[in-house]
Amino acid sequence: MKPKDTSEHYILSSSPHAHSNASVSRIMLDVIIALLPTTAMGIYFFGMPAVWTIAVCVSTCIVTEALCRLAMKRENTIGDLSAVLTGLLLALNLPAGIPLWMAVLGSVFAIAIAKQVFGGLGMNPFNPALAARAFMLISFTGPMTTWLKPFWWKTPEAATTATPLAVMKTWFVAEATASASPHGLCNAACKGVPSLCDMLVGNMPGCIGEVSAIALAIGAVYLLWRKVITWHIPVSFIATVFVYSLIAGGAPAMMQVLTGGVMIGACFMATDYVTSPITAKGKLVFGFGCGLLCMLIRQFGAYPEGCSFAILIMNALCPLVNRWTQPRPFGAK
Amino acid sequence: MKTVKSPFHFKGGVHPDYNKELARDKPIEKLPLPAELVVSMSQHLGAPAKCLVKPGDFVRRGQVIGEKNGFISVCVRAPADGKVKAVEKRLGPAGGKADAVILDTTAKPESAPDANSPTPPPVNSPASILPPLDWKTASREELLKRVEEAGICGMGGAGFPTSVKLNPPPGKRCEYLVLNGAECEPYLTADFRVMLERAGRIRLGVEIMRKILGQPAVRIAIEANKPEAIAAMEKAFADIEGNVEIVVLPVLYPQGSEKHQIYATVGRVVPEPPALPIDVGCVVENVGTVAAIADAVEKGEPLLERVTTVSGDAVVEPKNILAPSGTKYSDLVAFCGGEKEPPAKVISGGTMMGFAVSTLEIGTTKTTSGLLLLSRRKVFQYASGACINCGRCLRACPMNLNPALISKAVDANDIKAAEDASVMDCIECGACSFGCPAYRTITQSCRRAKNSIRARIAAEKAKAAAAKNS
Repeated sequence: MKPKDTSEHYILSSSPHAHSNASVSRIMLDVIIALLPTTAMGIYFFGMPAVWTIAVCVSTCIVTEALCRLAMKRENTIGDLSAVLTGLLLALNLPAGIPLWMAVLGSVFAIAIAKQVFGGLGMNPFNPALAARAFMLISFTGPMTTWLKPFWWKTPEAATTATPLAVMKTWFVAEATASASPHGLCNAACKGVPSLCDMLVGNMPGCIGEVSAIALAIGAVYLLWRKVITWHIPVSFIATVFVYSLIAGGAPAMMQVLTGGVMIGACFMATDYVTSPITAKGKLVFGFGCGLLCMLIRQFGAYPEGCSFAILIMNALCPLVNRWTQPRPFGAK
Repeated sequence: MKTVKSPFHFKGGVHPDYNKELARDKPIEKLPLPAELVVSMSQHLGAPAKCLVKPGDFVRRGQVIGEKNGFISVCVRAPADGKVKAVEKRLGPAGGKADAVILDTTAKPESAPDANSPTPPPVNSPASILPPLDWKTASREELLKRVEEAGICGMGGAGFPTSVKLNPPPGKRCEYLVLNGAECEPYLTADFRVMLERAGRIRLGVEIMRKILGQPAVRIAIEANKPEAIAAMEKAFADIEGNVEIVVLPVLYPQGSEKHQIYATVGRVVPEPPALPIDVGCVVENVGTVAAIADAVEKGEPLLERVTTVSGDAVVEPKNILAPSGTKYSDLVAFCGGEKEPPAKVISGGTMMGFAVSTLEIGTTKTTSGLLLLSRRKVFQYASGACINCGRCLRACPMNLNPALISKAVDANDIKAAEDASVMDCIECGACSFGCPAYRTITQSCRRAKNSIRARIAAEKAKAAAAKNS
């Protein structure tokens, strides 16, 4: 007689039957938490325009994600928080005074064109926030390079200014032509560049989330502690920028690291899982490439800042880097 | 004899919740003989044994009912006196069906065909089935033959025939005998209890194995979370001669993997398949198997029963049970006081590598180290999402593979790409899926790829053979 199965309907699945409880939404939440210090500093320095830009970017990204999934007849994925993160990252990479309709357009581009067209999370070749920033920089060059001064409301007659990067770019030129007089450089430095202390805290013009090096470092340490990111990309990126500027001259190396998008780029943008290599070796190569391209653009390119373009170019090279840096199995010859 | 910390650390590994406290302090209990046993002919790695009995036959405890069938195979002996009710295909823990002998242990010996035979020994008497051997005077060949006759296979999981392992091919010498007492699978405490309660048997088994293998050095590998087992082994082996070390392994899954244990204890790396541990001079045996060898030689007792941990939050009282092979899971659960609540998942083995089963009407085998009944709360069930390339699986993989790449290749049905990514090296430990934030069934994809590659190779071989014959 065959044994009869009574009420037994056990769940059948392939092993393992245990899980670490890691989840995509928790990872995204961790990155959002890590961005809170720099978000707060951005709002502190640039006021309500920063608040509005962040709110508009985040909400537009969520709505765009939901609409795209609906149009594609796929399950709604706003719960994984990746759209929230993309919106926040985009906002933090925009100048505070950007017209809000441009921020809306950028957010739609980030989610619809840079992410969902490729199939959504995990499929996009380029970092959506950076792709949108590049799109906006090319489309709206003026507003995208008009920077509010920190505490601009105190000096309403001269609320905008150039970033330190624009000043620093001239130093490369100055050094090449004026046989590098340290004295002359110092004079230039006194004119348009904030003190080291201001740079660390973020008291300088720039994108909402990129100015405060300390706040970004706190976020990066949190991500490392939570094991969301590994040290490879931030360290190789920042070290490359540092060493390059020591060799190439121009502005002091420390200044190159602390200004512009290097800190936020190295810790938050280049470490985006989907668009960066998966192996440790690959991450080192990737970080090096980002740092090198960033400095080449800063020294020779048409823009004062090259961080986002550097990361986007390395995004494109990511599959190649992955291919070169495949791990060798334990026991393989 | 000395105790050392593991000098080598392999890359990767994960830390699942061990949940061993449920059963670790429960001494081994002997199960009263169940009324019915389901004795599978496929209890080990390799070809199933050939069934020698037919319905209606009366069999004696220890009688060979399944004949060794090929080189990688072991015999199956009747775990108890009884009448063969049926010989039929039965579901095994891994899902496949194999011939099984259904034994009615309540049948009276009068039903034996030979009623005139001298008074049979009482049912399930402790009288030895094979003549006891003095291992000191017995030859190596005699001892090897005994291990084979006793139907011993690896009791850790895979069930590799032990006599094959103990008889290295010509030209290969065993330099290290590694005793696997890691028991890194969550919930399981059977090996732990055996080390505590049967330390003397393990010691004797080691001495017998040393003789068979030509006096190799011995490494006893135990995870650091089992200090009582380490102490028990230290006591049992205190006065042993020769190169014997207890190696304390860091608590990390999968320390019990053969390749990783060899690396952790002696620092040697087993090359890619088809290489075996013996290719780097090592033989790894589970502690339970070693105790079984001692019983087979000294007492003439074949491998007819084993310790199985029955645990999980849906069982009334978790226990470590000494039960005859073929005991139905339902009998084990009943011995533990039954179900506390209806289990959502029943696992034969541990949570990392065990098999989810559909019914409790499956018989245990020589490799059944655990039976877990998990409630809905302990069972995770999520839809798997897209890979976000986070790299957790790469960092977790003890074989240093790229599981993300393999699982994406399998999703795209590109088995060739999976093969190029060395999927055949995968040991299916489950560390990749365990940590995947997108709940991807990576291990399952690896298994799928391995199975298709194996099927393809077999088909190619068959085709080549056919071409040769025509």
